[in-house]
Amino acid sequence: MGVVTVPPFERFYDEHRGVVFGMLVKRVGRERAEDAFQETFLRALRAYPKLRDGHNLRAWVLTIAGNVATDEHRRKKLWSGAEVPDTESVDEPPGYEELRELTAELPPKERAAVVLRYGYDLDYQRIGAVLGSSAEAARQAASSGVRRLRRKELP
Amino acid sequence: MTVSPDLDRRFREAAAAAGLIDAAFDLADTPIGTLLVAATDRGLCQISFDPDRGVDELSQALGRRVLRVPGKLDFARRELDEYFDGRRTEFDMTLDIGRVADFHQVVLGELALVPYGQVTTYGALAARVGRPRAARAVGVVMNRNPIPIVLPCHRVIGANGSLTGYGGGLDRKQALLELEGALLSPN
Repeated sequence: MGVVTVPPFERFYDEHRGVVFGMLVKRVGRERAEDAFQETFLRALRAYPKLRDGHNLRAWVLTIAGNVATDEHRRKKLWSGAEVPDTESVDEPPGYEELRELTAELPPKERAAVVLRYGYDLDYQRIGAVLGSSAEAARQAASSGVRRLRRKELP
Repeated sequence: MTVSPDLDRRFREAAAAAGLIDAAFDLADTPIGTLLVAATDRGLCQISFDPDRGVDELSQALGRRVLRVPGKLDFARRELDEYFDGRRTEFDMTLDIGRVADFHQVVLGELALVPYGQVTTYGALAARVGRPRAARAVGVVMNRNPIPIVLPCHRVIGANGSLTGYGGGLDRKQALLELEGALLSPN
């Protein structure tokens, strides 16, 4: 798979803003989704000049949105502890929600690899492109993440 | 899920305010079509007759972080509206042509001095920058002019009075010259 040119930010934003907003509404609730949406795309803007490959920008930006939502949850826990976000009405790849909770404590790269592999069903070549590593490194990150999760589950 | 126009606008403005974009652009409706107008923090940097291609060109010339931020282009749309209404004969906005080569900058600087409603020739413009035999090179500069209309390459015609060529097509060149009341010998 060759390297795909990274599009101008406008096209990237236009293409993915809907799915990102939908995911954030589901994760943090409608009220907080707007701030999280801005934060997600501002983070994407900051990282954008360093992107080398335009493959799977959707998975890339959803990973950023997932991190923003996790930060948001941590912040919310600190301040209140109440309020459960609305988890219906948004189509999101199945399994993502559970994986998010399950993988919260994995190292970032392993977490991304596990979520992209098992939550989004991407192949390792694509995951590698997203993570800026080889397909083999992506496979190793995912399997080491899974091993870590298994260890955690055992008594 | 649909992002509300308000949220969309707030993100775009936040991105520009945070200094995270390489160039802001907007679309301007004019009598000669929808134009892409773009600016950096230093000034207007591009006008394109083909907005889609204009976005790609911006991205290649200035960086990928190209975003539509209408509020950043108010000044340009206003002056263009006035120009197309016949209420403006000179542009006051600041331009950013820092990315073009030195010779191009010199020629474009001289081009900016060609008055509203008048025409000159490639050869005459070449002579004015001290390169009387460089008419062809001046033609290349006109062809790559990043800010047509404001930098009035439509006012440059062939020595025989023919319109010669225009990045936006000869119809547009003709329309601009007619708008300005520039007298042309009939074709």
